[in-house]
Amino acid sequence: MPRFLAGQLAKFVLLMLGVSLLTFALVGLSPIDPASVNVGQAALASMGDAKREQLSAYWGSNAPFHERYLAWLAGALRGDLGTSLRFNAPVADVIAARAGNSLALMAIAWAVGGALGFALGVAAGVKRGSVLDAAVKGYCYLLASTPVFWLALVMLVVFSVQLGWFPLGLSAPIGVASADVTFADALHHLALPAITLSLTGVANIALHTREKTIDVMESDYVKFARARGASTRAIVMRHGLRNLALPAVTLQLASIAEIFGGSVLVEQVFSYPGLGQAAVTAGLGGDGALLAGIAVLSAALVFGGNLLANVLYGVLDPRMARRGAVATRRASHAADAQGSAL
Amino acid sequence: MKKLRRRESAAERAASCARPSPDDLARAHPAPEGPARTHHGHDLAGRHRDHADGEVHHRHSHAATSAHPGHHHLLTVEGLHVSFRMYDEEAPYLAARQREVNVIDDLCISVHAGEIVAVVGASGSGKTLLADSILGLFEPNALVEGRIWFDGEEADAADLARLRGHGISLVPQSVRYLDPLMKVGNQVEGFAKGGSMPEVRARRRRLFERYGLEEDVAGMYPFQLSGGMARRVLLCCALMDEPRLIVADEPTPGLDLPLAVRAMDDFRAFADGGGGVLLITHDIELALRVADRIAVFKDGTVVEETAVANFASPALLRSAFARELWHALPEHGFEAPPDRRRGKDASRPAPSEGAPC
Repeated sequence: MPRFLAGQLAKFVLLMLGVSLLTFALVGLSPIDPASVNVGQAALASMGDAKREQLSAYWGSNAPFHERYLAWLAGALRGDLGTSLRFNAPVADVIAARAGNSLALMAIAWAVGGALGFALGVAAGVKRGSVLDAAVKGYCYLLASTPVFWLALVMLVVFSVQLGWFPLGLSAPIGVASADVTFADALHHLALPAITLSLTGVANIALHTREKTIDVMESDYVKFARARGASTRAIVMRHGLRNLALPAVTLQLASIAEIFGGSVLVEQVFSYPGLGQAAVTAGLGGDGALLAGIAVLSAALVFGGNLLANVLYGVLDPRMARRGAVATRRASHAADAQGSAL
Repeated sequence: MKKLRRRESAAERAASCARPSPDDLARAHPAPEGPARTHHGHDLAGRHRDHADGEVHHRHSHAATSAHPGHHHLLTVEGLHVSFRMYDEEAPYLAARQREVNVIDDLCISVHAGEIVAVVGASGSGKTLLADSILGLFEPNALVEGRIWFDGEEADAADLARLRGHGISLVPQSVRYLDPLMKVGNQVEGFAKGGSMPEVRARRRRLFERYGLEEDVAGMYPFQLSGGMARRVLLCCALMDEPRLIVADEPTPGLDLPLAVRAMDDFRAFADGGGGVLLITHDIELALRVADRIAVFKDGTVVEETAVANFASPALLRSAFARELWHALPEHGFEAPPDRRRGKDASRPAPSEGAPC
């Protein structure tokens, strides 16, 4: 166990270093001048040389790449992620202000999409070849081949513009002080982006679960359960869910990266002020510190999801858990034997 | 659920399973014409008269243990056909047409209360389909026809589905038939109906005790079972449902003969208690050691169904194939199929052939 933890920790540190380095390198390669982004083209043009020099020094735009990166890294290790060029505020504050919105959006999409996809996949797999199966498959193929931003636009056109059920964008009503925004308001603004993101998350999990369900229903243990007089319903509840849940949860945990990617597009279309939108702003504006901060955070989330999936498999699947225990016992026996031999 | 269907020829074949005198036919079989009778009729129409050992009826002869309580067999299968609709593999992909492939053809077999009947045939010859048909488990593309009586009552597909786990139980081949993610104890307790949880658990405990399984086996997962433990656990699954008939499909894979014979003791005990066992195996030596009667399975049908005692001499066997099998046994010199030399003998009537039902 300590070895496993140390290994995972080493991987995590390497991942963080790699992601931040890559982000900085990409921003460094972009032709955008941080100083002009910060104060605007016109303001920069009207500045004196000395003022301009001072600004460049402040943002470190003249410093060589490795110096800038090391300076950021040193700050990050102390807990200071730097200052955002575009928002003129500490990166940590910008992320904190927007993470709530984004995480709510992603968590809802992840949970609803996962649950809906799992249910549809099981139903389609059990009733393989039926009309229901054909409908689920059709829906999944259609969604899997639909770009998420296009779906978001269609949702916006239909439900916000035509039907007027949902607001057109943003996370709160316009013209209302942020202190007066109620929870219901927030939910109302969150609903359409969350539904859109959920719908696209369904396809993957539903198709995988359907395949797995077909495998399980054709397995020898289901045949034996049938031979013992169990109904299809009882078999699905007793053996099906048990054998289907773990792969589905694993897949869903591994799909956090896709949800993150989808949220960037959806937030952009719905003008929803979350991390995705901030990432787009940072990328377009040469805001290296903010982009690195968001990249590191999202990489950490994805890493956490994958790690959790690995650990869950080990804990919940008795074949892995007990074998692991046996292996450790054997190893310690072997060590004892070695010790006594010496 | 697919119905066990009959067609005219099936009725004819059913009648041809035995060639008794017309007088006996009327007594031994329900009238072959008219709608299939399910729950009624066989009691009167299908009542057996008493018969002596070694006498042939329903195309089989009896062993000393073959009992007819209630004047009927525990299980009777008559004129069973199983075929699969599939695309012609040899035709070009787009031009391929569906065709029917016969796997089981005009099969008759009976199991009496108190006996073990071994169905012996080569691996992969379709014996498992017989087990599936008796359990009413059909593949979606299977076409199944024939008549099955359980305990004197004719059963259609829905009846067979109801009988699964409620009279007829399967003992499968290996631990693969257990859910890998569920503890063994829960699986043995399974879907057992009749009784509250503690009662069911107590019954499972008694079974475990009787078959020498420690109580901590109940907390194990299937992958932790040894081969012997797995076999006993699978048997306990079947016995949990208190069956009258056990269908055992290759229950002793990978065991050498002495061990397999010992493993079959439990089935013997079950049969001695008045149950019936249909043992499906490819191992004729095992069958000869443990079964009361043997059904020789070849080319999708039972060519000979007879008491084990009749394997003492080839002269007592009616079919040419069974005689070949006899000569091929190790103790009879591994003789190669002698059909070239003995081809004419096939038509020679065996001593007991032609006896009335």
